[in-house]
Amino acid sequence: MLKKRIAVLVAFVVVLASVLAGCGNSSKSGNSSTTTKSTFKAGMVTDTGGVDDKSFNQSSWEGLKTYAKDNNLKVGTGVKYLQSTQASDYSPNLNTLVHQNFNVVYGIGFLMQSDIQKIAQQNPKAHLGIVDAVAVDKNNKPLKNVANITFKEEQGSFLVGVVAGLTTKTNKIGFVGGINSALIKKFENGFKAGVKAVNPKADVYVQYAGAFNAPDKGRAIAQTFYTKGADIIYAAAGDTGNGVFTEAKNRTKDGKKVWVIGVDRDQHDQGLPENVTLTSMVKRVDKAIYDVTKMTKEGKFPGGKVLQFGLDQNGVGIAPTTENVSKKALDAVNTYKKKIVDGSIKVPTTDKEYKAYLANLK
Amino acid sequence: MIKLVKKINWMTLLVPVISVILGLLCGAVIMLVIGYNPILAYQSIVESIFLQPYYTGETIRAMIPLVLAGLAVAFAFRTGLFNIGVEGQLMAGWLASVACAIVFGHLPRVILLPLSVLAGGAAGALWGYIPGLLKAKFKVHEVISTIMMNYIALYTTAYIIKNFLYTEGERTPTIPAAASLASPFLANLTQGSRLHWGFIVAIIAVVAMWFILWKTTKGYELRAVGFSPDASQYAGMNVSRNIILSLTISGIFAGLGGAMEGLGTYQYMTINSTFTGIGFNGIAVALLGLNTPIGVVLSGALFAGLQTGGLTMQSNAGVPVELIQIIIALIIFFVGSGYVIKWAMGRLTRKGHK
Repeated sequence: MLKKRIAVLVAFVVVLASVLAGCGNSSKSGNSSTTTKSTFKAGMVTDTGGVDDKSFNQSSWEGLKTYAKDNNLKVGTGVKYLQSTQASDYSPNLNTLVHQNFNVVYGIGFLMQSDIQKIAQQNPKAHLGIVDAVAVDKNNKPLKNVANITFKEEQGSFLVGVVAGLTTKTNKIGFVGGINSALIKKFENGFKAGVKAVNPKADVYVQYAGAFNAPDKGRAIAQTFYTKGADIIYAAAGDTGNGVFTEAKNRTKDGKKVWVIGVDRDQHDQGLPENVTLTSMVKRVDKAIYDVTKMTKEGKFPGGKVLQFGLDQNGVGIAPTTENVSKKALDAVNTYKKKIVDGSIKVPTTDKEYKAYLANLK
Repeated sequence: MIKLVKKINWMTLLVPVISVILGLLCGAVIMLVIGYNPILAYQSIVESIFLQPYYTGETIRAMIPLVLAGLAVAFAFRTGLFNIGVEGQLMAGWLASVACAIVFGHLPRVILLPLSVLAGGAAGALWGYIPGLLKAKFKVHEVISTIMMNYIALYTTAYIIKNFLYTEGERTPTIPAAASLASPFLANLTQGSRLHWGFIVAIIAVVAMWFILWKTTKGYELRAVGFSPDASQYAGMNVSRNIILSLTISGIFAGLGGAMEGLGTYQYMTINSTFTGIGFNGIAVALLGLNTPIGVVLSGALFAGLQTGGLTMQSNAGVPVELIQIIIALIIFFVGSGYVIKWAMGRLTRKGHK
């Protein structure tokens, strides 16, 4: 028995020694991180979708990678991403990059808003960026050290709505949303406004899947819409939209041609080989991240500002692949694009604005 | 002390320890095969957790709900019940605590904080009571009913937040400071981590589980039902009532875990589109901890450390964070195949004697 007690004692001493040794070391590791301050570093934290989600996170990372290429930064050290597996990872991941003295740290997605706000207040010298949200302090004023990157999704959605309105043969069009939120409402109302602008007779069915990562639900909704007679569905639902693509491909294989409108990036390849992608509403998160990183490098970090990337800066728009879009629709897109940019059409973002817009249309 | 040491069966204790070592070794082999440096990876985990106060704080914070979820699973298991519904009970507790804090926000801190914590426990208890009742009265298998209760919790909480407690960002409003477990003192101590006072609740829960199960008559009954329901019935114990009680107490632990997330870590609840995973990790924590209170604390610490350390492993050694999930899965796999380890150990020691 004595032997075992000695063993326990030895184990205890070893643990204690390593802890004490750790205390001695901690000051050293603190110093080493401050010496690397001179080189420029930009980092981002993905949400739980991961860096290969085929839309939002991936696009952001592509933006940073392009920036690294143009400025001879090393991927992995000069530009870097940290992936989150659960919502509670956002804060430690953001903090890790801030502690490693990254010159700018992006939180990708509005789900990180409260974490960004807290970290920005704890580290007033850090430069942070958030996509699709505005980081504010207690008095609802934008935080000085956060760049808020937002998009005018309603404008891009309006244009694909115009394409849908001019392409539909059944005068029935579907909209599948991810989570019913202010953000996705911008997609919905912009899209509906675009359809109604060119085709007032068309019906738009709207349904929300309640999740961005549920392709099965996306598919079930698409099934309902296509069966009801819709021939085009706009999927603003992240990974959930991939279910809409599956359903459209199956129907096209069976000889019933239907279309999908993609979102966030050019999803033409997603529709192949059945070629079901009519067009896509692209949201250039990559361009926005690139621009803000560039501004930071030049010492012009847009802290406290709400950047709105719209049609005029090519922050949103229709996809470059236009092989399935008719000439007539493309011409209409260009006309409406001009009208939106010069301000003669104000695209609705909320349900209330949409109602007012409809009343004006008549 | 000597008596306690004597009582421990070293063989059973060896299985989890060897499982952890094997899990880490296999993880290292996978890293080598893919082309990462396992030494650097593990080094960054250990260094960050033990040398950087921020990650120490985050590890302890991650431990709190994990330990409570582990206790919930372990407690039910002692009565021979498999509580897969910890996830749902945790969500119910999370929402109840946050809702209570918001609705009664005008109350002073001394009343509001305990009330909110208790509300979380009560909601978890309710979510455990229902499968318990179904099992006791209608012989509905608790594995099936608790899994179903998870989905009910997932969508009900989403519905309630959406319709009654909604604010921008797909979540509830932030709870008033009077109900918050967060503490600037602990945050400053750990370089601004989210460590909160919930660890005291976790410690109390650990002691409570040990006390209830091993120091009370009721606890003796609960364990007896776990060993053999028929023998307990014959001995005059009310088996159905013990089943209900066990799942209800188990639900309280899980609900408290949710309250810790709501009042401590996040200060709000988001609309979850998928499960949080804490409840399911709780099953693994209980399994590795041999369903004992101390074991749950130790394995909770290990899992929390791996999860938090995995984030620095990602940033320092460039190893994808998914690898941590693989290592955790491997550890569970080895614990599950404990029989093989025991057999191998037996063979080895016998050979040694020859």
